[in-house]
Amino acid sequence: MTARAPARAPGRAARGGAAGADPATPGGPLLLGVRHHGPGSARAVLAALEHVRPRAVLIEGPPEGDALLSLAADERMRPPVALLAHAVDDPGRAAFWPMAAFSPEWVAIRWASAHQVPVRFMDLPAAHALAVPEQPEPRQEDARSFDPIGVLASTAGYDDPERWWEDVVEHRAADGAPGDPRAPFAALAEAMGALREAYGDGGHPRDAVREACMRLRLRAARKEFGDGVAVVCGAWHVPALAARTTVAADKALLKGIPKVRTETTWVPWTHRRLARHSGYGAGIESPGWYGHLFDAPDRPLERWMTKVARLLREEDRLVSSAHVIEAVRLAEALAAVRGRPAAGLTEATDAVRAVMCEGSDVPLALVHDRLVVGEALGAVPDGAPAVPLQRDLAGQQRTLRLRPEAERRGLELDLRKDTDAARSRLLHRLRLLGVGWGEPSAGRGGTGTFRESWQLHWQPELFVRVAEAGAWGTTVLSAASVRAESDAVSATTLAEVTALAEHCLLAGLPDVLAAVMDALAARAALDADVGHLADALPALARALRYGDVRATDTAALSTVALGLAERVCVGLPSACTGLDPAAAEEQRGRVDGIHTAVTLLAGAGAGAGAGAGAGAGEGEESAGPGPGGGAGAESGAGTGGGAEGGAEAGAVAGAGSPGGGLRERWTGVLRRLAARDTVAGVLRGRATRLLLDDGHLPEEEAARLMGLALSPGAPPTDAAAWIEGFVGGAAGGGTLLVHDERLLGLVDGWLTSIPPASFTAVLPLLRRTFSTYEPGVRRTLGELVRRGPAPGGDHRASDAETDGFGPGLDGERADAVVPVLRLLLGLDTGEGSTGGERAATETAATESANTEQTAGTEQIAGTEQTAGTEQTAGTEQIAAGTEAGRTATR
Amino acid sequence: MTVSESVHTASTTTASTTASTPVVPTAAGAGAATPDGVLRPHAEHAFADELRALAAADDRPRPARWRLSPWGVATYLLGGTLPDGTVITPKYVGPRRLVEVAVSTLATDRALLLLGVPGTAKTWVSEHLAAAVSGDSTLLVQGTAGTPEEAVRYGWDYAQLLAHGPSRAALVPSPVMRAMAEGTTARVEELTRIPADVQDALITILSEKTLPVPELGQEVQAVRGFNLIATANDRDRGVNELSSALRRRFNTVVLPLPATPDAEVDIVSRRVEQIGRSLDLPPTPDGTAEIRRVVTIFRELRDGATTDGRSKLKSPSGTLSTAEAISVVTGGLALAAHFGDGVLRPGDVAAGIMGAVVRDSATDRVVWQEYLETVVRERDGWQDFYRACREVSA
Repeated sequence: MTARAPARAPGRAARGGAAGADPATPGGPLLLGVRHHGPGSARAVLAALEHVRPRAVLIEGPPEGDALLSLAADERMRPPVALLAHAVDDPGRAAFWPMAAFSPEWVAIRWASAHQVPVRFMDLPAAHALAVPEQPEPRQEDARSFDPIGVLASTAGYDDPERWWEDVVEHRAADGAPGDPRAPFAALAEAMGALREAYGDGGHPRDAVREACMRLRLRAARKEFGDGVAVVCGAWHVPALAARTTVAADKALLKGIPKVRTETTWVPWTHRRLARHSGYGAGIESPGWYGHLFDAPDRPLERWMTKVARLLREEDRLVSSAHVIEAVRLAEALAAVRGRPAAGLTEATDAVRAVMCEGSDVPLALVHDRLVVGEALGAVPDGAPAVPLQRDLAGQQRTLRLRPEAERRGLELDLRKDTDAARSRLLHRLRLLGVGWGEPSAGRGGTGTFRESWQLHWQPELFVRVAEAGAWGTTVLSAASVRAESDAVSATTLAEVTALAEHCLLAGLPDVLAAVMDALAARAALDADVGHLADALPALARALRYGDVRATDTAALSTVALGLAERVCVGLPSACTGLDPAAAEEQRGRVDGIHTAVTLLAGAGAGAGAGAGAGAGEGEESAGPGPGGGAGAESGAGTGGGAEGGAEAGAVAGAGSPGGGLRERWTGVLRRLAARDTVAGVLRGRATRLLLDDGHLPEEEAARLMGLALSPGAPPTDAAAWIEGFVGGAAGGGTLLVHDERLLGLVDGWLTSIPPASFTAVLPLLRRTFSTYEPGVRRTLGELVRRGPAPGGDHRASDAETDGFGPGLDGERADAVVPVLRLLLGLDTGEGSTGGERAATETAATESANTEQTAGTEQIAGTEQTAGTEQTAGTEQIAAGTEAGRTATR
Repeated sequence: MTVSESVHTASTTTASTTASTPVVPTAAGAGAATPDGVLRPHAEHAFADELRALAAADDRPRPARWRLSPWGVATYLLGGTLPDGTVITPKYVGPRRLVEVAVSTLATDRALLLLGVPGTAKTWVSEHLAAAVSGDSTLLVQGTAGTPEEAVRYGWDYAQLLAHGPSRAALVPSPVMRAMAEGTTARVEELTRIPADVQDALITILSEKTLPVPELGQEVQAVRGFNLIATANDRDRGVNELSSALRRRFNTVVLPLPATPDAEVDIVSRRVEQIGRSLDLPPTPDGTAEIRRVVTIFRELRDGATTDGRSKLKSPSGTLSTAEAISVVTGGLALAAHFGDGVLRPGDVAAGIMGAVVRDSATDRVVWQEYLETVVRERDGWQDFYRACREVSA
């Protein structure tokens, strides 16, 4: 220590002597005080470096970045970029040093690497800066709580410090070559010196430490390279670097400050991030304008106006060359009125508003967004060090050929392909980690389970998110797993957990599923609100289905889902009574959701069970309505008993198919809903319809229930709600009325019997119901109603003489359709000795067509229409087969 | 024959002094001292002292035939203190940027179009700009649905025409033509109310800077210093939309409503005081509290929300501009001075406010009643105002 101090003394004396008088004197280090991200500063720095040709360049920035400086010379490195330093054990604690193409620091780095001149960072190490809890923002310290430039500006009579700097330094420096390119720096250093005499550290006590560190590094550099060292730093620091201090004093300042282990890397940046109004902003409002000033070889204003005109023309605004000329003239006149040496961004913007935008701020906002701020996205070569998670992510991005792009774009995935499935998993895992690169979107195709649509949008702050997510693990997979488990434990509501379960499946994290399921079961047991349970069920059912598509083991999931469904079946009937119309409508959505979910769950269960068992279950199920309907569906208890009996039978016959039992129980719930008077009309109607569609309710019974609901004793609004529930909402509701004229007759009869006073009350509801039908259906309905009831009191529409249809059933032609129907329904041609199997096949076929039961039914309905009969021979045969199956099972 | 003459006269002269004679005063005549008793003196008369002081202090370069430099014009509008201690009162309280754009536009020989909702001081700004630039704000074309082409180009003195045939002496120049010949600033009020064919007569004037007189085989060429300030109303958009050819000849400046309550209170107090002086209203003690109340009500109803941002309000159909606030307060002052105790009290402004708010009686009355019952009644210190309003509406 004592031996080294004298060795430095002469250097210090020499520097002190030179710099004290004039920091730019040849012989001393060249102190280039700049405004960060000032294009004028950048030009001036370049000119000064070219003029002086220093032997080494020091730059304000964390020395940890020294090793990365060589990357700046890389061809693939494209500004804007930022140097990211983060604490190893707390990646969320990070600091950025953004650099744009027009940043003096960047210009200096590029100049140095082009001339093979050593370049170093000289600021306080990030290890220290990050160790202090408060977030250091090195770029903003110069201009925030105390603003040295603001003081200079107000001294010069400017109200806006940015404008003063532009006028005095940026524009002057850009104007042309004054005699010595170092002169402006000397003048500026002098001004800053005066300021610092008056204001001390300006409210930045940390600056003293940083500047001590800079001085030490400057000494080291001078020792190594002699006096030919150039320093690029904030103008504020120049006087401190020129000040005479002792090594011991500087070292004492640096003594004992805390330290953390850090990692540094380059990350791509955007102009938007540089702008003041966004997160890790660099405090400049107009990076696009600065970039333009730096890039434009001459006549920056004219070029700028041309750019603006071009942009506005692209957006179909009428902007002629005359506009450009006038805008330039106005901007120059404005600058003259305001006493500025050249038109700046303020003048340019005012001129654009008055001349090109007709005084409106709307197109101006576009100009601001696209040009003044700009969209530039930087790039970093692959060689840049990355956080481990980042490295893993980059690797996967490469193998999956998913490039991070700033543009928002859509991505369609076909999950049957391995690559696409892996892409989907990656995106889902990232979403779990809070890295919102991709957002699922409603796809073009719609309902297929093997398709996924994504919106990809890579934003630079996602690098930060990735760095933060690094806390969860070192690979995307492990991090996502740990994160999901932690989320499952901390989740508070049931819906959160179900969503998480679904997410786990989508993200391909089967190992986590068990933990999530435990949490789910616990939440479900405690949650008293059927609504919550009902809301959770569809997500689970969907998850199961996705699980199928992705071939993951979902046994645990299906157990939990079935348990949840049971709870819903228990609680739902009581939750459906005494509801007002709005709540009833909401509940109806839930009923639909549960119905779909139950169908899926039952399907999955049946699929998992043994074929014969499933067949038996289905057989029992089909048999169920027989006695139930006979006993009279108005007796809720009786029907429930019947349903449970059926479920038990199913469970006994096929132990491996819990789904069948669930479906039976759900049917029982629907029956109870359909029959109970206190249940809101819309729910009763819906339940009846669902039962009818699934073949659990004979048409006669449905008609009876309808007659009951529409009888004169029922309030018209309630009856209208029933109709809405029965034939409204879902597509295809009207087809039912077209094909069962008895039901239509009931509706018609009810409608004509409503007293005029009540008619206006029910009209809106009816209109809502019928207006959703397709035009063709509505027209047919209208024709049917106009024609009046079919002759002979027969309710079958087909027996009547409609246009294009013959009277009665043409047996011969109907028979001709049977083979095709069999083919469509997947029935083999041999007469059914194993009817149960056939029924199972039929169920599987309907369900694996990836739609709900309803769709299947409609398909049959459609076929009926083609055949021109109300019930084809094929359907009869299926019924016969089912009958045979039941016999066989017995 | 007299029809065109009278229209011409009515459109070229603003209010009072010269209406009796078709002989239009020259710029020198307009510069003479205003006769006493004029209801509203022109800007160049009302602020003659300030203009003189500015012209004396202004050493910056002036465009041809400008009375002041662009800096001087901006200072005249925005206010300031001259080196000799003369205080220039602000004529326009608003963004400095806008005034600078407007002045620069006039300096570049492009025409200036001032846009804004009614009551945002468009006419006021245009009058003062003309007064400061040319020392004459009277070269005015008032745009109406019936403005004839003669008001923009020239008309004829038919007696002369019949007696001596077409000659320069029989020609009655429009304010625009005179401005061209003299190199001063012409003003067109409510440009979008003028029929499209008359509007288009401006195109040649603004682009070629010339006005041909085919009857005489002559033309009037604009001399340096000529320019034109037009005002147009945002709410009238689409009545007589400017053709794009004409639009292109204008730089547009949109005058906003005052940004902050304090600015608006400031504007209202200032104008009320000026108007009160010219109407010889007895001076009243400080009425700032009532002015603030009027401004608050106007702003809240205009923005559709209370100032604390807590509750939403319905907005009435009227604009409720600052100008209307000024007239409400002036009216209130007159009431207080002549029928009250000389102090501006809630009862004096209540009727005026209601009249400004309730325009379309059916809906606006509901808006006003709701505002009274939900906002005014609850507000601390507004009880007397609430009672006054109830009295007025009852």
